[in-house]
Amino acid sequence: MAENGEKIVCRCMDVTVDDIMKAIEDGYTDIESIKRVTGLGRGPCQGKTCIPIAIGIIARATKKHPDEVGYITPRPPVKPVFFELLADEEGESE
Amino acid sequence: MTDLRIHRHPILKYVRGNPLKFYFEGEERTGYENETIGAALYATGLKEFSHSFKLDRPRGIFCAIGQCASCRMRVNGVPNVRTCITPLEEGMTVERQFGAGEKPTNTEVRKTFKKELEADIAIVGGGPAGLSAAIYAAKFGARVVLVDRFPKLGGQLIKQTHKFFGSRKHDAGVRGIDIAERLIKQVEENPNIMVLSEAEAFGYYEPATIAVAGKDTIYRINAKKIIMATGAAEKALLFENNDLPGVYGAGAAQTLMNTYGVKPGDEIIMVGAGNVGVIVTYQLLQAGVKVKMIVEAMPKIGAYFVHAAKVRRMGVPILTRHSILRAYGENQVEGATIVQLDDNWQPIPGTEKDVEVDGIAISVGLRPTYGLLDQAGVKIQFVPELGGHVALRNRNLETSVKNIYVAGDIAGIEEASTAIMEGRIAGLSAVIDMGLAGDDAKELRESVRAELTELRAGPFGARIRQGLEKVEVL
Repeated sequence: MAENGEKIVCRCMDVTVDDIMKAIEDGYTDIESIKRVTGLGRGPCQGKTCIPIAIGIIARATKKHPDEVGYITPRPPVKPVFFELLADEEGESE
Repeated sequence: MTDLRIHRHPILKYVRGNPLKFYFEGEERTGYENETIGAALYATGLKEFSHSFKLDRPRGIFCAIGQCASCRMRVNGVPNVRTCITPLEEGMTVERQFGAGEKPTNTEVRKTFKKELEADIAIVGGGPAGLSAAIYAAKFGARVVLVDRFPKLGGQLIKQTHKFFGSRKHDAGVRGIDIAERLIKQVEENPNIMVLSEAEAFGYYEPATIAVAGKDTIYRINAKKIIMATGAAEKALLFENNDLPGVYGAGAAQTLMNTYGVKPGDEIIMVGAGNVGVIVTYQLLQAGVKVKMIVEAMPKIGAYFVHAAKVRRMGVPILTRHSILRAYGENQVEGATIVQLDDNWQPIPGTEKDVEVDGIAISVGLRPTYGLLDQAGVKIQFVPELGGHVALRNRNLETSVKNIYVAGDIAGIEEASTAIMEGRIAGLSAVIDMGLAGDDAKELRESVRAELTELRAGPFGARIRQGLEKVEVL
């Protein structure tokens, strides 16, 4: 299993270096588009470890400045929250 | 059964509570009060916590502080529990999670609550910056609500067993853990500060509201000022099988051994010879872990010379111009292949070497967290000198969104001592801008600023000063 030598960029969504290179070859050169195409940064941690690595890969491959590659906006909840906390009992509101 | 708990340590005394029985996939194991589920599993020899959802690859702890979501397991029939920050309880059933996890079999609905809190200042993060901001704001009568993710305040300072550098005025010679205790005591004794522990700030809403998930309560904190002190996350590194269980951040290794008294492995390799890599190596040796070597891609060691000299004296070779090529092992780390690099950072064929280890610690830097800032619409810029994406701000640490301040690693990766100074400045600025404090607070702020400037003086602060020039522009 661990023999196939994958280099994982995004652990949550199983996005590999090859996935990102392919997206770049397909013409996507900013991180927001690559997020949508590959799933990068769309897991529960919302890009904690993958975004800096991905920015590096994209900047090198496209010869862009990291600021031009951009970054992604983590959405609420920025951390996993259990549904039972968010849900109201039937008919009850604040 | 494997026991990786540390029983003797030259500096730390581990306060383990009562033993707790729990079940991993039906098999009885023993943990202790004050341990998280993840720490108890590591202590009893388990590294493989889950399988990834698309490629079915084994995964385990990477960050150990609730940032990365790699440690999620099924606990008491509920999937996606972050085991690295969830305290262990008697009788828990813990199972590996496959992919996104099956839906819960435990459908019992707990009674949960909703609470609205009013505060002068909401502070997100209870590390050195957040604690210092709270203390200095409360000094001038502000009602503060401090939100922190962990059961114990102090952020990453509670695992820093080494003595700090600098002048005596800046706590040089005092261990981080002792500085943390002092700050925590001042916060807990202050009636103006309300602390929400084991509480996760998960969203920002207009005009200045923070949504927080506590253990059984959702809070809405309406504040006049918000200080973001959410710290940093560890950076990862690209190499083959970089996701194999047993590959973790150096900070995660430090959390396991210094916070929970659990060895992250028996024999490990450290990747990166900066300050974190070298200091954590020393602490691993203190905990009884064999560190086989440190590899560093740069041509020279980044850490302070005295620290590097110390670990070398203790028999740990530091190989510069070397990197890790791959991790190998069946479902968990059994070794690392290292390689020499040429002057263009390319591996030199024929120099590959296998090193048998059961852990690979990565210390290639930290990165500021920026999620809540970005949600609030704060202007953010990529500044390599400061570790990544940071907020533009003025000298008082107020960002481009009025009423939102930053302090500590979120504002740029530095040291705990500078985080403390920034926390004080942000706390003081908030009370000054609210009109709660006047000239005496302004004078105090000037003196803190002078101390901060002193801390950043000299060659070690050059890069930070360069980074600050790019962001202190408002």
